[in-house]
Amino acid sequence: MRHGLILLACLGLLTGCASRTLYSWGSYESQLYAMYSTPDSATPELQILKLEEDIQKARAKDHKLPPGFYAHLGFLYYQQGQRDLAKRAFETEKAAFPESTVFMDRLIARL
Amino acid sequence: MKLRPSIILLMIPSLLLVGCVKPMDYTTFRKYRPRSILVPPPLNESTEVAATYGYYTTVTRPLAESGYYVFPIAVIDQFFKENGMPTAYEMHQAPLKKIDEIFGADAVLYTRVKQYGTKYYIINSTTIVEVEATLIDVKTGSTLWENKTIHQVSSGDSGGGLIGAAVSAAVTQILNSSIDQAHAICPVANAQLLQTKDRGLLLGPYHPEYSTEQTVE
Repeated sequence: MRHGLILLACLGLLTGCASRTLYSWGSYESQLYAMYSTPDSATPELQILKLEEDIQKARAKDHKLPPGFYAHLGFLYYQQGQRDLAKRAFETEKAAFPESTVFMDRLIARL
Repeated sequence: MKLRPSIILLMIPSLLLVGCVKPMDYTTFRKYRPRSILVPPPLNESTEVAATYGYYTTVTRPLAESGYYVFPIAVIDQFFKENGMPTAYEMHQAPLKKIDEIFGADAVLYTRVKQYGTKYYIINSTTIVEVEATLIDVKTGSTLWENKTIHQVSSGDSGGGLIGAAVSAAVTQILNSSIDQAHAICPVANAQLLQTKDRGLLLGPYHPEYSTEQTVE
């Protein structure tokens, strides 16, 4: 049984290595969790700083940012009154994921 | 110690038994093949208030890594709230026609958190996450897929001898460093729910194997 467990552990490791993630997630998920669980630690201002860092890191490695990332960032800019940056972020989301077009156009029209 | 092939052969049937509860029918899913998924916050049927966002904030990644466009959850949540739908219950009642018009989503993933949280006993604790999910086609209202999962981690569980104990100790350490232990095990629950072979979602268009995905009949 112990052999079996070792084998399973090895298989797990192999599968883990074989599957590369499609996106560079950075702090996106932890920011989302923090904005709901401890809002003071994830104000729009603080989230923007972290997400802009994530963009730099992803660009340096030529990785893609996940669906929703730029839309979320755009919404934070909007909350901060930075409309030009918000619009640019919504456009970036739309260009990367055309599936977001209807919703992004709606958000841009509201700016 | 050498690993004999017979061990592998012994493991395979037990894995199959665990996996095959009931074969999933992918006929409707294959017919509509959504590109984008909108996820409203889950209905929280657990006794833990933190379950709603503790779970909600973990659902984007498995869907996106399966190849789907996933609408930005916090923006969606805020948008619903600003438009007269303050709770998950109301968001789950939103007409599909409106969802199509406002978001242009191909499918909606409705989730229900049945159990969420940690129970503490004298010498150990058990953390549990139980989730049910249904994927609905927005244009037709057809059910494309549904599944449920229970994931449970016990801190004092040392089954499996020394290795089991070591693994369990490592897991306990990770969990103890997190305030919301159930949140920490959501990724595993989601992998079981959404990404298991033969029970999980089909791959979406951004996945490199989307077009070559084998038909499992």
